Amino acid sequence: MSQTTAAAVGHAHDHAHDHGDHGHGHHPTGFMRWLTTTNHKDIGSMYLWFSFTMFLMGGVLALGIRAELFKPGLQLWHPEFFNQLTTMHGVIMVFGAIMPAFVGFANWLVPMQIGAPDMAFARMNNWSFWLLPPAALLLVISFFVPGGAAAGGWTLYAPLTSQMGPGMDLAIFALHILGASSIMGSINIVVTILNMRAPGMTLMKMPMFVWTWLITAYLLIAVMPVLAGAITMTLTDRHFGTSFFNAAGGGDPVMYQHVFWFFGHPEVYIMILPAFGIVSHVIPAFARKPLFGYSSMVYATSSIAILSFIVWAHHMFVVGMPAAGVLFFMYATVLIAVPTGVKVFNWLATMWRGSMTFETPMLFAVGFLFVFSMGGFTGLVCAIAPIDLQIQDTYYVVAHFHYVLVAGSLFALFSGAYFWLPKWTGHMYSESLGKLHFWLSLIFFNITFFPMHFLGLAGMPRRIPDYATQFADFNMIASIGAFGFGLSQLVFLVAVLKCVRGGEKATAQVWEGAEGLEWTLPSPAPYHSFEVPPQVK
Amino acid sequence: MLAQSAKYFVPDPSKRMIWGSFALLFLALGAASWMNGASSGRWVVLVGFALLLVMLVGWFSDVIGESESGQYNRQVDVAFRWSMSWFIFSEVMFFAAFFGALFYARNLAVPWLGDIDHKILWPDFSSTWPTSGPTGEKFTPMNATGLPAWNTAILLTSGVTLTLAHHALRADHRRPLLIWLGATVLLGVLFLFLQADEYAHAYHELNLKLSTGIYGTTFFMLTGFHGFHVTIGTIMLITIWFRCAKGHFKPDHHFGFEAVAWYWHFVDVVWLLLFILVYFL
Repeated sequence: MSQTTAAAVGHAHDHAHDHGDHGHGHHPTGFMRWLTTTNHKDIGSMYLWFSFTMFLMGGVLALGIRAELFKPGLQLWHPEFFNQLTTMHGVIMVFGAIMPAFVGFANWLVPMQIGAPDMAFARMNNWSFWLLPPAALLLVISFFVPGGAAAGGWTLYAPLTSQMGPGMDLAIFALHILGASSIMGSINIVVTILNMRAPGMTLMKMPMFVWTWLITAYLLIAVMPVLAGAITMTLTDRHFGTSFFNAAGGGDPVMYQHVFWFFGHPEVYIMILPAFGIVSHVIPAFARKPLFGYSSMVYATSSIAILSFIVWAHHMFVVGMPAAGVLFFMYATVLIAVPTGVKVFNWLATMWRGSMTFETPMLFAVGFLFVFSMGGFTGLVCAIAPIDLQIQDTYYVVAHFHYVLVAGSLFALFSGAYFWLPKWTGHMYSESLGKLHFWLSLIFFNITFFPMHFLGLAGMPRRIPDYATQFADFNMIASIGAFGFGLSQLVFLVAVLKCVRGGEKATAQVWEGAEGLEWTLPSPAPYHSFEVPPQVK
Repeated sequence: MLAQSAKYFVPDPSKRMIWGSFALLFLALGAASWMNGASSGRWVVLVGFALLLVMLVGWFSDVIGESESGQYNRQVDVAFRWSMSWFIFSEVMFFAAFFGALFYARNLAVPWLGDIDHKILWPDFSSTWPTSGPTGEKFTPMNATGLPAWNTAILLTSGVTLTLAHHALRADHRRPLLIWLGATVLLGVLFLFLQADEYAHAYHELNLKLSTGIYGTTFFMLTGFHGFHVTIGTIMLITIWFRCAKGHFKPDHHFGFEAVAWYWHFVDVVWLLLFILVYFL
């Protein structure tokens, strides 16, 4: 075992070369390489490309929604198909784009950041990824079966889902497969983090991204089985005569909502905690200061995870529940603002008096900070039960969760992508393309979603293909913004492709202020990150 | 050949997993068409299931081979321990969803259906448990004494015999190991046999079916998923019985055995909860 980080890196690099000569001689090449790979970097890249593909697919569905809503009246789609668009846009973005993208980051970064050679279970890692394409295929096929794709909203509420055609069954099976993939992926990540850290890396020395993923993976293992249970109940209600959600048999459709949101609320933190992790790396690097309040960040992340289990019914205030229940869920929800506030203030304090520069990753991180915080504030508004009775199922809610999911999760993903691309590819990306991508995204994002606040407050309901004429102006603005936002993402595609194909050579350190084990590896990182564990002091 | 360094175990690329993905795709497509009236879907399900079986057997054989040839160091052993614990935790949460549904139905949904508002809709419905709901048929609920009590005794005994087998393995007494482990397998099979008998009894004599309202729903889904897990557990026990017979496992290195034991005890605990919450209360 080597004693210093530098020695270990040298050693690891030599090994990579050795294997390049003989070990990898037996490795399949071409397409078979990707089918059979057990390498965390290969698998991470596949996760990222898959999620980007799904992001474009979900984006096309979103543009279908915005095209219909460009002006009042029914123009393009039948209302039934519009329902399929909203449902599948949600399902694909949540389960196909955002979640796999974060798993891709975890695959690439966790072994490098904790000083391990690979993930703990390399073959299971392969399967976790290769379960995604069949699930995506099932979702695509569901558009073409009689009755079309699932159309009950991404939450798949009973009794709507008890009534639909085979498309619903395909969606249920797709979610089962995605759930199995998530559980295997999460167990892999948890075990890698708990068992494969380099000597000397105690839990409280772990990089923030690793911490946030440890907690995210725990949440996934805890709640994905609950989703599996909920959709299994839907399936047996549909085909095997059970009465879970059927009042005539003594069940209750509201029960579905409780079981679903017991999964669904932790799920939204599953989609944001790794984003917090990424931002906690980018901001210190470009402020050239260590992260302010590291341990408070860890405790805040853990608190958010614990609280996420006791707030689910705030999605159901209008459904009806005892007043004590409403109060409990309202207060518990508002309580989440405390640890989230701790995080935001820590990021601000990290920037305070730092020598900041604003390369693309930092732009996205600062953009994240502003726009995500706005989504956080509207979240507080939604959490207040009496107000929520007004804005439930309006465009205010749509604005709120796109502020936290697009400007939160997605901006953080972009920030992380630009931040680590040089480490992954060995080349610098084009800074001008990156900046263009950022400013187009930020501006068009706000053009799309800011007017939705006003629409919602004025009472425009979500998931409806037609609307009263007084909503026309804001809808037109939002639709223009949405097409602009969609097209801007092609800039990202170009920037990444250019970076993969070539560009200025990246140094090992890449960013002056970046800290962590991954920056001690050469760029691009060797095939097996650390074959001998580095020593962490 | 393994790309193995002095310290870490990293497996080579493998062609197995992709077959598992095809298997699940076939299973989903076949089941979806079968459930919607295309009976040819069952052949697709069959192909998917066969593929999955071949893939899993192959994968586990790889792992057993690597373990027996001593390629797994202490770190891999710890990784298996962690992962099995987390897997069982995920199973606990799966059952929690169904126990939660039972709790919700008994304590909230059914009482609400009997309240004054619903009297207009269903004047004759009395909201007492067990119920098949306002429109359900008459049925007799399952009695907790009798077969379920025997099954409780059988599963608890199987936990004891499995522990005796574990002690025998640690003391390197191979014959008692095989006998106690074999007894555990037999008890597992006996449990499943009695459970099937209980289902037949319910369907033919008690008019208690999966479609018998919320009582039938929760009864069969909870005991059914438990029975499915016992089936998996029994297959795992049979597998390690054959491994023991072939001389696998050392007194100080036998996590494969322990993982099955953990799983079996988990299934045992779920049954105790079932016995109290589904049968007894």
